[in-house]
Amino acid sequence: MRLLIAIIAGGLFGIGLHLSGMTDTNRVQGFLDIFGAWDPTLAFVMGGAIFPMAIAWRLTIGRTPVAGSQFPPRPNPAITRRLVIGSVLFGIGWGLVGLCPGPAMASLGYGGVPGVVFFVAMLVGMASAPRVSLMLDTRAASA
Amino acid sequence: MEVSWLWGLFGGLIIGTAASILLLGNGRIMGASGILGGLLDGTAGRGWIEAVVFVAALIATPALLHYLGTGTVRTNATASPVLLIAGGLAVGLGTRLANGCTSGHGVCGISRLSVRGIVATLFYIGAGVATVACLRLLAGGL
Repeated sequence: MRLLIAIIAGGLFGIGLHLSGMTDTNRVQGFLDIFGAWDPTLAFVMGGAIFPMAIAWRLTIGRTPVAGSQFPPRPNPAITRRLVIGSVLFGIGWGLVGLCPGPAMASLGYGGVPGVVFFVAMLVGMASAPRVSLMLDTRAASA
Repeated sequence: MEVSWLWGLFGGLIIGTAASILLLGNGRIMGASGILGGLLDGTAGRGWIEAVVFVAALIATPALLHYLGTGTVRTNATASPVLLIAGGLAVGLGTRLANGCTSGHGVCGISRLSVRGIVATLFYIGAGVATVACLRLLAGGL
């Protein structure tokens, strides 16, 4: 059951990313290009995705998942250095190429060599995060 | 292309539905970087098979749509290896440090009014805007 739900969610996520145009780097960079020919499409994608999800969060109140024991707890609201530094780094990479993790996976099957190069570099970046995170922590502790 | 925002809204609704199914069904947050990163560093734990089939389906359906010829879009990603590698490293490292990307913080976080999700989204969009503006200045366009 959990596997079936994961397949359906992953498959729908891919279809949504493809149809919305988010696998097209021109469209994503066009959204970030507010000083040029701004393309608002990404704002509609975000709005369209947030709407059902806001309903879903309301439905979690007082319930348990269909095939699980509990819903994810609310995260600690603290705004940490890691959150800010990580988000800025992510934004820079996103701006440079126009791909974020979801669309990078969704376009992997037909994105050609550039898509594969980006994906492999992304995996290397992900794998190095624990080490960088430790460095940030030690520097914060010694400062 | 005038109707691109309609496709965006439609695709967005499908993305939100997918995230809702994963949340209400399995009690999981649909974050692309979290699910992929969890597989890489082993934090996916016993849920690793779910993560694998999720990723496999996420890669397979757009490829199917593409090769069947419906809604065919090219990715248009740059051919510059320097940009691709620098961008990939920054996205991978950044999303794991921040514990989320556009799907995790942007879609799942904002929709539950998570302060962390909203702050992360403001920072990555701001950094993305600044980066594209710099690219435009340096290269005179994209």
